[in-house]
Amino acid sequence: MRKLAEWQLALPLALAFISIFLAPLLLLVGVSFFNDDKISQPGFGQWIKFFGDPFSYKVIADTMLLGVKTVAATILVGYPLALVYLDASPRVQRVLIFIIVLPLLLSVVVRTFAWIVVLGREGVINQLLMSLGIISEPLKLLQTELGLVISLTQIEMPLMLLPLISVMSRLDPNLRDASAALGASRWRTLFTVIVPLSMPGLVAGCLLVFASSTTAFISQTVIGGVRLIYLPLLIWQQSLVVFNWPFAAVISISLLVSVLTVVSALSWFGRKSGGYVHG
Amino acid sequence: MPSSPAGRTLDVEDLTVRYGQALAVDGVTLAIEPGEVVALLGPSGCGKTTLLRVIAGFVRQAGGRVRVDGATIDHLPSNQRNIGIVFQNYALFPHMNVAENVAYGLRARGVRGPDVMARVASCLDTVQLGAFKERLPRQLSGGQQQRVALARALAVEPSILLLDEPFAALDRNLRLDMQIEVKRLQRTLGLTTILVTHDQDEAMSVADRIAVMNKGKVEQFDTPVAIYDRPQTLFVNGFIGTTNLMNGKIASLQNGTATVSLDAGATLSLPAPPGIGLGAPIQLSVRPEQLALSSVPGPDAWRIEPGLSLPLGGQLVHEARTADGGALKIVEPRRASAADTARLYCTLAADARPSLFPRST
Ligand SMILES: Nc1ncnc2c1ncn2[C@@H]1O[C@H](COP(=O)(O)OP(=O)(O)OP(=O)(O)O)[C@@H](O)[C@H]1O
Ligand SMILES: [Mg+2]
Repeated sequence: MRKLAEWQLALPLALAFISIFLAPLLLLVGVSFFNDDKISQPGFGQWIKFFGDPFSYKVIADTMLLGVKTVAATILVGYPLALVYLDASPRVQRVLIFIIVLPLLLSVVVRTFAWIVVLGREGVINQLLMSLGIISEPLKLLQTELGLVISLTQIEMPLMLLPLISVMSRLDPNLRDASAALGASRWRTLFTVIVPLSMPGLVAGCLLVFASSTTAFISQTVIGGVRLIYLPLLIWQQSLVVFNWPFAAVISISLLVSVLTVVSALSWFGRKSGGYVHG
Repeated sequence: MPSSPAGRTLDVEDLTVRYGQALAVDGVTLAIEPGEVVALLGPSGCGKTTLLRVIAGFVRQAGGRVRVDGATIDHLPSNQRNIGIVFQNYALFPHMNVAENVAYGLRARGVRGPDVMARVASCLDTVQLGAFKERLPRQLSGGQQQRVALARALAVEPSILLLDEPFAALDRNLRLDMQIEVKRLQRTLGLTTILVTHDQDEAMSVADRIAVMNKGKVEQFDTPVAIYDRPQTLFVNGFIGTTNLMNGKIASLQNGTATVSLDAGATLSLPAPPGIGLGAPIQLSVRPEQLALSSVPGPDAWRIEPGLSLPLGGQLVHEARTADGGALKIVEPRRASAADTARLYCTLAADARPSLFPRST
């Protein structure tokens, strides 16, 4: 029997990739170039309609901004958590890793409705703050961007922490001691040694969180409600409510391109800053 | 490099370190003189690195004190101790080039401006790496990385230098070069230095004194010659150099002289060791080069059964068995007449200084 060439082994995957990813994508691009929702008249009408409307730009900007805010919040919470994880004893580490991956083990719907219970007018956060006397009126958290960012931060946290922890735990622990012995304070060590060396993990985490939070349709609509409009909601309305598939295709491609632009900028930055770590 | 600052004394007093229940360092006391190089020598896991880590402030001791120039430093965090350390794996910052690595400690101490680079340049010249400033650590050979680590530690003018197996990853020739280099630098700077190693030749050649450690304890703290010639414990005796052990007992004690009767069949007169009584079973330890072969029987010679003879450099190593079944190694200079098969007796050489240890039966 002839030995299989290596590329032949990759054939099944390549076929699957072409049929379930590349072909639909091309179809999507094709569909976007029709003027009517019956997909009968070719033309640039939908593109002109979408990019001629200032509202579209606002939605794109809001969506990207939601991603940026979620990324910022996951870094703010996640980075210190990763540092705590590194310093913890193996037993505590096992508990922490379980808590960290827990959101991944729950269904999206359960997670999202749990957040409604937490954020609602009579929810856990409001009752706690009121019983502590910090606020007198319940805060409006549901159907606000703040509430959405809070819940997305928790939901997307594993995507930030897992790459971050995997990179950080491979760092030589002697580097911290070396830095301290040379007279550096803890903060200096953090910002001149640990942060630069954990950059590849941080960038990978940002990529995942950004891509995931900008496209998190269920969380966006259930927690954000219909008054906060992001691109995924627009796509859903156009494709499944109005049945204007060519317009939905235009919005989808815009979402894809916007996310890809930010993501490739980030990964370019990551390659630039992380080149020395595993050299 | 600065002109030699006065070296500091380093005193480790009754230091104990626990990891959970396990004792890693068990009541270690060392008084180190200014400018002295002390080697910590011992088998893997005996607590050498742990001892260094306590001195550098990375690990807290369960008991005991560390003093530099008489003042305890136990309350100081490691970034205020001014102790230079070179790690076994060098621990250079991989994202900084050579110059930035060496400048790191200066910057952390708030040195700014052209002073930093001038000092970096002079430190790198001292370790002969002036031409490598721009390189990243991974673009350097092991020996070069080691020298960068040394320059980085020395750049901040530490009061004490700690070296954790700094030569372990180097090949033989480079290791010798670096040992000489470190010794030279340490001399010119007058730096009090602790060198961790489990290579006894390295300890012998680099150190002024050696602390032999075993299971968290210091077994003997002495000059290399004294450790080799007068080991205080069986462990030190067996750990340093090669040795022959022979069983026997004390037959008589008189005026500080012990008569030892060996199970191999000879009676020897030796200086009486302290704390060993009449009739006590002992082990006699003697170096291979302190034994001699002879063809003449006598009261102080015991019969052997010769085995293989192997040339080793300029020496000849003889293997032999004694009447009580023990194995002996005898080393003598290689001579033309070495292949003398009639030499069936073994004696102590004229300058032999065997050690006696109590034997538990
Ligand atoms: N972080 C730690 N946690 C628990 N036990 C440790 C830790 N570090 C060291 N030990 C234990 O303490 C003892 C001493 O370790 P240490 O690293 O000081 O040995 P060493 O003499 O430097 O050995 P080597 O020559 O192999 O480097 C060992 O038994 C080791 O298992
Ligand atoms: Mg060690």
